[in-house]
Amino acid sequence: MILTATFLSAFAGAALILLLPERQAPLARWIALLTALTGLGFASAAFVGYDNTPAAPHFQYLTRIPWVPSLGISFSTGADGISLVMLVLTGIIAVTGVLFSWNVSHRSRAFFAFYLTIIGGVYGVFQSFDLFLLFVFYEIVIVPKYFLIAAWGSTNRQYGAMKLTMYSVAGSALVLLALIATYAASGAHSFDLFTLADPAKVHFAPAFQAWAFPVMFIGFAVLAGMWPLHTWAPTGHVAAPTAVSMLLAGVVMKLGSYSALRVAMTLFPQGLEQWRMVIAVLATAGIVFGALVALAQKDLKFTVGYSSIAHMGFVLLGLMTLNLAGLGGSVLQMFSHGIIGGLLFAVVGRMIYDRTHTRDIAELGRMNLTKALPFAALTFTIASVASMGLPGFSGFIAEFTILSGSWKAFPWLLIPAGVGVVITVAFTLRALQQVFFPSGEPSADVHPFDPITFPEKLGALMLIAATLFIGLFPSVLLDPILRSFHSPLMQKLLVEVPK
Amino acid sequence: MTNILFSLAPESILTITALLVLGLGVSVPNSRSLITSAALLGGLIAAAAILLFPMDANLLHGMVVINPLARIFKLVILGLSLVSVVFASESFPKNHFAESLALILFSTIGMMVLVGTEDLLMIFLALELTSIPLYILAAFDKESSGSAEAGLKYFLIGSVSSAFLLYGLSLIYGVTGSTNLLTISQLSGSPDSLLIAGIVLTLAGFGFKIAAVPFQIWAPDVYAGAPTAAAALIASGSKVAGIFILARILTTGLGHWAGAAGWGQFEPGWAPVLALMAAASIVLGNVTALVQSNVKRLLAYSAIAHGGYLLLGLCSANRESLTAVLFYVVIYALTTAGAFGVVAIVEKQRGGSRLEDFDGLSKSSPVLALCLLVFFISLAGIPPLAGFFGKFYLFTSALANGQHLWLVIVAIAMNAVSLYYYLIVLKHAFVLPAPDDIRPANAPASKILVAALALAVLALGLAPDLLLKPISVAGKTPPHIATSTVPPNDQ
Repeated sequence: MILTATFLSAFAGAALILLLPERQAPLARWIALLTALTGLGFASAAFVGYDNTPAAPHFQYLTRIPWVPSLGISFSTGADGISLVMLVLTGIIAVTGVLFSWNVSHRSRAFFAFYLTIIGGVYGVFQSFDLFLLFVFYEIVIVPKYFLIAAWGSTNRQYGAMKLTMYSVAGSALVLLALIATYAASGAHSFDLFTLADPAKVHFAPAFQAWAFPVMFIGFAVLAGMWPLHTWAPTGHVAAPTAVSMLLAGVVMKLGSYSALRVAMTLFPQGLEQWRMVIAVLATAGIVFGALVALAQKDLKFTVGYSSIAHMGFVLLGLMTLNLAGLGGSVLQMFSHGIIGGLLFAVVGRMIYDRTHTRDIAELGRMNLTKALPFAALTFTIASVASMGLPGFSGFIAEFTILSGSWKAFPWLLIPAGVGVVITVAFTLRALQQVFFPSGEPSADVHPFDPITFPEKLGALMLIAATLFIGLFPSVLLDPILRSFHSPLMQKLLVEVPK
Repeated sequence: MTNILFSLAPESILTITALLVLGLGVSVPNSRSLITSAALLGGLIAAAAILLFPMDANLLHGMVVINPLARIFKLVILGLSLVSVVFASESFPKNHFAESLALILFSTIGMMVLVGTEDLLMIFLALELTSIPLYILAAFDKESSGSAEAGLKYFLIGSVSSAFLLYGLSLIYGVTGSTNLLTISQLSGSPDSLLIAGIVLTLAGFGFKIAAVPFQIWAPDVYAGAPTAAAALIASGSKVAGIFILARILTTGLGHWAGAAGWGQFEPGWAPVLALMAAASIVLGNVTALVQSNVKRLLAYSAIAHGGYLLLGLCSANRESLTAVLFYVVIYALTTAGAFGVVAIVEKQRGGSRLEDFDGLSKSSPVLALCLLVFFISLAGIPPLAGFFGKFYLFTSALANGQHLWLVIVAIAMNAVSLYYYLIVLKHAFVLPAPDDIRPANAPASKILVAALALAVLALGLAPDLLLKPISVAGKTPPHIATSTVPPNDQ
């Protein structure tokens, strides 16, 4: 119940905002904030209340109500450590996203209604254990994204919105095809993940897995920004309004990687075995390519957009290691990049672009931003340092565990991945230096920008605190994550079963 | 005799209502509300007659067949035609208003007879009774040249298709010696060439009626030119009746001669013909819709595509997929009727149905825009709306015997493409700014009805069992939509 309350409250908040009369429109953001806080509260309560003792069941908070019995569809939700980590991430991003959209006044009711609809869909995906239900939530996210970007976005927004939406829907089409084929091939007359992924109950022929796995995995991976199907992400991120960039990088891309892990990989272990190398190579290509392209960008938001591709490459690489370190690191990286990516987009989109109306790195360098917007400079520095993977922040521990996992699985991929890490440091430092600490004489005149508002500071502090806390105490998340890989559902993924 | 009267009571009530409406049109031609109320009241009484006195009957050797499934579809058709009556009452031209409502009712009678018969002759007669009033309705707006063109095109192509159909049905009768579908189904053996010709001609005739490629040519002009309320009926009620009776002819009557439509495993019969028509409709409908600038034409191409999805379901001819087809055609009809309702109101506000006429709809009439969003997103097959579940069930059941994977791949790929053109319309409604000169539209009943349809589409998406269960339970009553006659198509 406490889990379903997360998405129910989000949808209820969206409906409430739609019902607001026009003259009460300023209330919309307060309702959105309260709804997001409620969701975060429920998610955190579920996280704290999750019984981590060895004897406790892996999946808790299970709810199961028949929905369309003639097709074997039920409303089935629950959570293990992986789900809970993602739910908490969704809560944090939802709250900070509202804080960073506090200045939205143009059609604010529609904005926040669409925003909360996305949040509700995301919460739903992370707790669904019926594949039909999961797909329903997964698709609910698609259409509101389009409107948020096309109506409230910036650069080339209608093009970016349509491109992003068509990529998402193409990915969903692949998933839908694989899903229907899976249902037909299983003969189990059920969409229940626990049933379908149980080799004792359902057996998928290797020939079927050999095509169903890549179709489904790639369908999900489109949303996770897998190279070379990632091009929607930078364009979409740049076109989107700040809160939506944060959502996209923070949680929507994670829908792809989470579902790829939860559904595609657990259903088709043999297919996974066949395609593992291919995907690992694509993931590494994403790390290197994303970092290289980020290095060449003139637009600060594009730099952050391509850095997302590189960081998501680590997530996919971690998934393919099929050992505890890599898989656990991958889930941790989803959380970590959600926070850090969200923070970077918040600084670039809200704190800087909304005031300077430019994202050109050279032009920003001439504005003496360290003096004009000291808080933005400080936040961006911290975010950059976290993004580079400096110890003490969550990014370090996540990428380090992924790399140590890949060392065991694909030692030969460690060289390009390591090069990717170095380039990541390079482009992050380059952006930081050219925007905030340009060489040459700093101009004496300080631009009179609006000061950073309280909601922005609060949001930034929340995100910084989250990444620092996890960087210093990673076991808070890693313990439940690692424990979840020993559940009957996930355990068969591990190539070397630990004692 | 009394049996016949009782079993045809709903149709009789509608006939009396239609005559009454014509009479009112002569005596009080200017009282639109009175005429509309009379038509609605008659329709509601007919619906009550179906609901309150359910009886099963099979009279005159299958000429009149009433069973639970037929009753459900009579109700659905009646409901859809009352929806068009309401739209017509607020958007039809002033002159000859009563006649237009009477024509809608006459056409409805045809559709209701159509779903309640198993006899080829009655099927043909009922189809004519359905179509002829629709031809007139399409041409009803005398001040618009588009409407005249629509009427003429619809009439000419419709008559040709009737000729095809009559020819096909008479060949089937000639070979099998019966006009009764059940008797025909008891014959077996390999089909001779005459029967195959008959089947193909019948399919061509129905292809015209439901606008499947390559017989779709009339649809865009008729949808765009006809008065919107008439287009709504053509797109919804007549489609439901057409698909229902096509399913009945193919599965009840010609079940033996389905053939097979698996990739690379075609066997002669109606299934491969249907499969090719389905694939071509899905591709052509969705791709052509991408470049439309008029929303009614766009809906026409979307209708062609949706006809393709429905034919895809018919190809599989197992019980699941028939239930899915019948479920989806109802969902589609509700959705598209609602979409035409929105178009009718927008036409009244802005004077047209081009994409630009939808600019800023969310600002000028937010509820209407939200309904449009619901209908279009449902047509695009996005959850949690009914269109998603309908397509999902359709594709799932089409894959059940594993041989139509190629068709399902085409359908899912093209369905993804379709989101593009629906989003383009929604972009005009939600993203682009509104023009300044908007007359408020005085169409309260249509607005309420559109909102109710949107709620229905949402409710059926969240709880599809509300409609799915009655259809699947009713479909199990043998032998009217019986599929046991279809030999299993082993690969």
